Amino acid sequence: MNIVVCIKQVPDTTEIKLDPVKGTLIRDGVPSIMNPDDKGGLELALQLKDQYGAHVTVITMGPPQADAILREAFAMGADRAILLTDRKFAGADTLATSHALSAALRQLDYDLIIAGRQAIDGDTAQVGPEIAELLDLPQVSYVEGLKYDGKKTLDIRKQTEEGYQIWQVETPCLLTVLASANKARYMSVSGIVTAFDKEVEIWSADTVKADPATLGLNGSPTRVKKSFTKGAKTAGKVFEVDASEAAELIINKLKEKYII
Amino acid sequence: MDFSITKQEELFLQMIREFAEKEVKPLAAEIDEQERFPEETVAKMAKLGIMGIPIPTEYGGAGATNQMYSMAVEELSRVCATTGVVVSAHTSLCCAPILEHGTEEQKKKYLPKLASGEWIGAFGLTEPNAGTDAAAQQTMAVEDGDSYILNGSKIFITNANYAHVFVVAAMTDKSQGVKGITTFIVEKGMPGFSIGKKELKLGIRGSATAELIFENVRVPKENVLGKIGGGFAVAMKTLDGGRIGIASQAVGIAQGAMDETVKYTKERKQFGKPISKFQNTQFQMADLETKVQAARLLVRSAAYKKDMHLPFSVDAAMCKLFAAETAMEVTTKAVQFHGGYGYTREYPVERMMRDAKITEIYEGTSEVQRMVIAGKLFK
Repeated sequence: MNIVVCIKQVPDTTEIKLDPVKGTLIRDGVPSIMNPDDKGGLELALQLKDQYGAHVTVITMGPPQADAILREAFAMGADRAILLTDRKFAGADTLATSHALSAALRQLDYDLIIAGRQAIDGDTAQVGPEIAELLDLPQVSYVEGLKYDGKKTLDIRKQTEEGYQIWQVETPCLLTVLASANKARYMSVSGIVTAFDKEVEIWSADTVKADPATLGLNGSPTRVKKSFTKGAKTAGKVFEVDASEAAELIINKLKEKYII
Repeated sequence: MDFSITKQEELFLQMIREFAEKEVKPLAAEIDEQERFPEETVAKMAKLGIMGIPIPTEYGGAGATNQMYSMAVEELSRVCATTGVVVSAHTSLCCAPILEHGTEEQKKKYLPKLASGEWIGAFGLTEPNAGTDAAAQQTMAVEDGDSYILNGSKIFITNANYAHVFVVAAMTDKSQGVKGITTFIVEKGMPGFSIGKKELKLGIRGSATAELIFENVRVPKENVLGKIGGGFAVAMKTLDGGRIGIASQAVGIAQGAMDETVKYTKERKQFGKPISKFQNTQFQMADLETKVQAARLLVRSAAYKKDMHLPFSVDAAMCKLFAAETAMEVTTKAVQFHGGYGYTREYPVERMMRDAKITEIYEGTSEVQRMVIAGKLFK
């Protein structure tokens, strides 16, 4: 089984601050990390490697510094790493990113493509599903666990707002995975020692034979009109009442504010 | 000398810090309170290769540097000094002498299981009447056919109750003084070898410190580590390496106390403002921060020399001396900054203060380190 995991380097948003005037992120001094949902996806792939001897490739699109998360993936147990980096990819929104990644994925043999549900910097949850559409693959999103029959069939547990659903899907397919699906393993010491002896393959727009019109800023229909910092909320009010009274109280409060 | 952190070390620090925060820190107060050896943590560390960091891959280790090993002991000790010393004693005092002085057969027999963490290692030199005066060994090893028969006892042995392999010093020829000492590899379960009383200690209370008792223990000659009569040199070289480990532990304890104190003084308000806003706090903390960083750089310098196979005895003595005294000073002041709360077990700084004290004592007291440094100075 060949698995490709799409991963992204993101600023650690738990440590990020906003510039109150410009409304932009202050990225200085904020550590870059592997996106948590992507790490959950990589863990799922590595578990399939442990159980079935799957070959795990990780791929990321980003600047040369994104090498760090590919080394981290090697240290966790990934077999192959590809860095998609080219000025032509710069300024990409989710659609252009999906075009670049799917072009790269067409160059690879895969039975299963795994992506994180969403990245903590953009929170769009679009790239995984867009790749599946571009590659015409069945997809299951919000995956929190799976069982594999060792051949072609995956029983997937998909998280929903109400609970979960069980889906059966055949490979090749694409899954988007939640960080909460599993506890990602630590890098091993020997994995870290050998991670820097391995080759991270550098792929450009030419390598993946992508249509330049679909890439970077040119291929991005999204335009940011304005970004701003939401004003601070006032402190909430706490009511300590029985559950029976609470529903009525909430309804009345919402009505007072013309919300319902 | 380049003291910038390499990308590999950065990745290593990321891993070990996350491991320390998530797996080690939550247990620190509990193992101290219960005086319980953290077996579950050792099993987790074994799985990740933390029990064999500087051991070459051909002997089952991770093949990393002493620098990375030192960083690991620091980061573990930052949240739990017990866990730090378990790794340090195992690696520096048992794996290292077998690696550096063992025969190929000994290395192949012991190192893979030690480096994988399947076995834990320990080291026995100290005796009731042979502490700093290590040459006053009373444990005897008498040649008998293809073996040596060991009789005597060792005290204050870290990891004793949980170790499988022990590097033990004994007198093979009392008339030769220090040149009559030989080191042996003793295995748990050898007839006549038993573990005595477990010490009740001030700090590092999760670490299992006990007595080793030898009653006519037959140790085969193939278990002689190094040369007959070369044991004192083996022990001293082993302690040189061990001191880098303990200095790393001390830096970790000091850093942990700094972290706690910065957090606390920013939150604690007196006279209408956080106590971190008072210049007394700021100046004292600035001095302590400087000392911790100086101690860390001394450790890095000694570890670098060990990695480069340069002489490092004096460097090891200096980093251990300075880091241990810094750890004691920082933790004592950390308790003071915390005031009454710092004296309670609700905050970790009192534990850190108790843990720091041992770094001035074991693997050569601060006085011994001064002897080593002065010995070089007035040579």
